Amino acid sequence: MSAQVVRVENLKKWFPVRVGFFKSILGGGQLFVRAVDDVSFEVKPREIYGLAGESGSGKTTTGRLLVRLISPTSGKIFFKNQDISSLGDKTLKPIRKRMQIIFQDPYESLNPRKYVRGIVEEPLLIHGIVGKEAEDRVHEVMENVQLTPPEDFLFRFPHEISGGQRQRVAVARALVLQPEFIVADEPVSMLDVSIRAEILNLMTDLREKLGVSFLYITHDLALARHICDSLAVMYLGKIVEKGSTETLLTEPLHPYTQALISAVPVPDPTSRRIEVTVKGEIPSPVTPPSGCRFHTRCPVYIGDICRTKEPPLIDVGKNHYVACHLHAK
Amino acid sequence: MELLNVQDLKTYFTTKSGSVKAVDGVSFDVEKRKATGLAGESGCGKTTTALSVLRILPSNGKIVSGKMLFKGLDLAQLDEEDMREDIRWQEISIVFQGAMNALNPVYNIGHQMTEAIMLHEKNVEHQEALERAGKLMELVGINASRLDNYPHEFSGGMRQRAMIAMALSCNPSLLIADEPATALDVIVAAQVLKLLKELKERLELGMILITHDLSIIAEICEKSAIMYAGKIAEYADVVSIFKEPQHPYTQGLIGAFPSITGKRVKMTSIPGTTPDLLRPPPGCRFHPRCKYAKDVCKTKEPEFSQIEKGHFVSCHKAVAEAKRQKW
Repeated sequence: MSAQVVRVENLKKWFPVRVGFFKSILGGGQLFVRAVDDVSFEVKPREIYGLAGESGSGKTTTGRLLVRLISPTSGKIFFKNQDISSLGDKTLKPIRKRMQIIFQDPYESLNPRKYVRGIVEEPLLIHGIVGKEAEDRVHEVMENVQLTPPEDFLFRFPHEISGGQRQRVAVARALVLQPEFIVADEPVSMLDVSIRAEILNLMTDLREKLGVSFLYITHDLALARHICDSLAVMYLGKIVEKGSTETLLTEPLHPYTQALISAVPVPDPTSRRIEVTVKGEIPSPVTPPSGCRFHTRCPVYIGDICRTKEPPLIDVGKNHYVACHLHAK
Repeated sequence: MELLNVQDLKTYFTTKSGSVKAVDGVSFDVEKRKATGLAGESGCGKTTTALSVLRILPSNGKIVSGKMLFKGLDLAQLDEEDMREDIRWQEISIVFQGAMNALNPVYNIGHQMTEAIMLHEKNVEHQEALERAGKLMELVGINASRLDNYPHEFSGGMRQRAMIAMALSCNPSLLIADEPATALDVIVAAQVLKLLKELKERLELGMILITHDLSIIAEICEKSAIMYAGKIAEYADVVSIFKEPQHPYTQGLIGAFPSITGKRVKMTSIPGTTPDLLRPPPGCRFHPRCKYAKDVCKTKEPEFSQIEKGHFVSCHKAVAEAKRQKW
C-alpha cells in the first residue's frame, strides 16, 4: 500500500492534426500535437501539487487526463492504486465521484440558466443522491466555501453574483461530492487581485479541514510558491524539473526553471529586477525540437548532446528531479 | 521636466440607468524619461483615464471637468482637429490592452506601420516611411525583413512588439501602455517589460503604465497612483507606495500580492467587491471594505491631501495619523 492519491506513469496524450486533402494524398504521415509526452509524478494525500509552465506546455491537458475528461494515448493513471487510464464510462462513474475539477473561468464554467442551487446540486443528482440528503449537502458545502447564509445565494443566477463568488460556487460544485482529489486549473487567473487570496486560502483551509488533495495548475510561480507543497515545471509536454516547491524555487537546476523564476517581477521596487536570459517563444508542439526540447532557447547550451540526446529525468537527491544534461552524472 | 499634468479630471459616461462616474477627480503627472503607473482592479477607471488623455472616449463618455496640461497646452480644451493633427501619435500614443489583437489581419505589418507614419506626417514618402518602419522594428528587436509578414505569421510577443514599434512611429514624447504584459507568457512578458524600460531610457519617453499587477509597477515605474472606484486612493513614488503605503486599500493590495522572493507569508484578501459606479457608496468609496472605517468615513468624502512631500492620499485615517492624531 503506497501513500499516494494519484500516480501517473509515462503519461502521453497526442492529438492528431487534421491535414488538408492534398497533403493527405501526398502523404507525409499523420502529424500529432504532443501535448503531454511521457510525464510521471504522484500526488500524496493532503498535498497541493503544482504544475507550472507557459501556455502550450501541456499542463491543462495533464489535468484533464487525470480526471479522465479525455483518454490518454498511452501511459497509466492510478487513482488510489487503481488503474483508471483505460476504464470505460460505466466503471469510471463511481470514481468520478471521488475526483473533481475546477475550471479557469468562472464566467464560462457555470450554466447561466440555472440557479446556484441547481449548479451545486447537479453532481449529486447525477450520482443518485436526492431529497433531504442532497439539500443538506448543498447547505453544508455552501457553508464550507463561505457563501453564507446559503439562503441568500441558492436562488440567484450566476450573473447576479460577483466573480469571486462565482468561483466559490465552482469550488462548491467540485466539493459537494466530497472528493478526495481536485484538479484546480488556474482557478484565480480571471479574478481581481484583492479576491484571489480569498479563493487560495479557501483551498488551503479545505485541505486542512477535509483532507482533499489538489493538483494546482498555474503559470504564476509566485502564486505556486504560496500554496503548493510540491511543484513540477513543464515544457512542451515534458516535465523538466520537479521537487518540493521550496527547493525548486530556491535552488532551481534546470535552465528553464531558472529563466522562469528570474522573469517573474517582484512587487518591491528596491529588490532584484527581472532578467531575461531566454530568447524567443515556446516552439510548436507539433514539431518539437530534437534532443532536449529546450535546446533552441537554452542560455547554457553545452553542445551536440543537447541537440541529439533527450535528457532523462534524474534524481539529484532530496526528492528533486531534473531533466538536463548539465546535471547528468 | 514635467510632460503631462492632469488636474482633477472627471470623465462620466451616460448610460440608460444613469451617469457612471468612471473617473472622478483624478490628478497625477508624468515626467520626461519617467513612468507613472496607474494601478487598480478592473473597473477602477484606469483605462478611462488614458482614453481621456487622448480624447478617444466612446461616444457616451464625456470629460466633464478638469485640466490636462501637456507641455503647457490644455488637452481638455483643444479642438478635435488640433488633437488629431498635432497630438495623437505625434506627441502621445497608446499601446492598447490585448495589442496583439489590435493589428489588422488582412494587411502586412509594413503596410500598417507606413500608413500610420504617412497619415500623420504628410511630407513623408512611402520609401522613407518604410525605412523608418524597418528601423523601428529593429529597435524593438524584430528583423526588418519581417515587415512583409502578416500578423498571423507573428507570435504573440512579436505582435506586441510590433504594436509598440507602431506606437513609436511618429516619435511621440509620451507613451501610454495599457496592460502591456497581460495575456503574454511569463518569459515573453518579461521581454516586453524590459523593452519598455529600455525604450523609456533611450528615447527619453514619458510613460503612463496601466496595469492591475503591482509587481509590474515596481519593475518599471518611478511614481504610481493606486486607483479605486474612479478616484486615486494614493499617489507617491514607488518606494513610498510599496514601503510605506498609507491607504488601507494600497496596504490590502500589497498584502494580496504573492512574491517569489522573501518570506512565505499567508496572502490576505480584501473582503467584499468593488462598488457599482452607478451608485458609489457615500463618503469614502472604500469604506464598506475598510477595516478601519469610522463614522466620518461613511459620510464625508476624504480629500486628496499631501501628507509628505510628493505623497498624496485620500483617507481620513492616514491624514489624521500624519497629523499625529489618534485614529
